[in-house]
Amino acid sequence: MRDFSDEELERYSRHIILEDVGIEGQDKIMDSKILIIGAGGLGSPVALYLAAAGVGEIGIVDGDVVDLSNLQRQVIHATKDIGVPKCESARAKMIAINPHIKVNTYKKFVDASNLLELVSGYDFIIDGTDNFSAKFLINDACVLANKPYSHGGILRFGGQTMTIKPNESACYACVFDRPPPKDAVPTCSSAGILGAIAGMLGTIQATEALKYIVGAGQPLYNSLLSFDAKTMNFRKINFKKNPKCRVCGGEGIKELKDYEAVVCESKI
Amino acid sequence: MNIKINGENREIEKEITITELLVLEKVKMPETVSVQVNDEFIDQDSYENTKIKDGDDINFLYFMGGGA
Ligand SMILES: [Zn+2]
Repeated sequence: MRDFSDEELERYSRHIILEDVGIEGQDKIMDSKILIIGAGGLGSPVALYLAAAGVGEIGIVDGDVVDLSNLQRQVIHATKDIGVPKCESARAKMIAINPHIKVNTYKKFVDASNLLELVSGYDFIIDGTDNFSAKFLINDACVLANKPYSHGGILRFGGQTMTIKPNESACYACVFDRPPPKDAVPTCSSAGILGAIAGMLGTIQATEALKYIVGAGQPLYNSLLSFDAKTMNFRKINFKKNPKCRVCGGEGIKELKDYEAVVCESKI
Repeated sequence: MNIKINGENREIEKEITITELLVLEKVKMPETVSVQVNDEFIDQDSYENTKIKDGDDINFLYFMGGGA
């Protein structure tokens, strides 16, 4: 275990006194590497909390620049950041919160050509993307690379999340076989999203990542947590790994393919 | 007969297939929902010939793709 400086002991004191984390848990957090894909609604709270927690190395992938319409919910970005690459804007806030951490920025969108290499350098992955092609691709890459990850989705007043430990717990494709037909499911940009919902779900994802790193409690394996903030009903649906899963069952997948291709093939 | 849909108790008159249940539940696009019966996911291709039985616990899981 590392020697904690006095500053670190004080900074992380509420973790260190916390049963199930403690100084060993904080040490693990500081040794961990987490990749956040998407520095938007979900990625913002995840990045802020993981930086504050002292996660040793955090990667941020996002090819976009900050837009005025992002600021209603993407709380890591400020008005002065409009036009700035999201990964750079995010990095600045994270380092301001915690100068001890290392933040790697990747100004790009994920695709089949770059995702396996991106996830390979990290212990845990956060899906904070806003489209099904990316969500399914992240699932496939994490299964192929055997990387645990947190799936998250939000819409209007609701959200859903599950945590996946490839080959041990059900993957996203065990639950949802393949992406829905294009435009069949509304998106945040077409149907709206209450800004604070991104915070509700993103903080659950950050919590799952930290639980995984320190080994505390039960991650959301084999269950989908969904909530409707209008009624504040939270529901957990349990399931098992699907032995016939297209991605993680039986034959499974052998290589990463972009979902335009996968969807077209499935129609033949 | 009595079944459960998304955790809520429901009464339906007779045995029906998942396809019929989706119509009854006004699910417009079945491609956008994943159907689970007693912890098992049902293949979309088998909706037509999978009958819902008394006491079945059914969950509709909807896609949620937002994040940014
Ligand atoms: Zn699977």
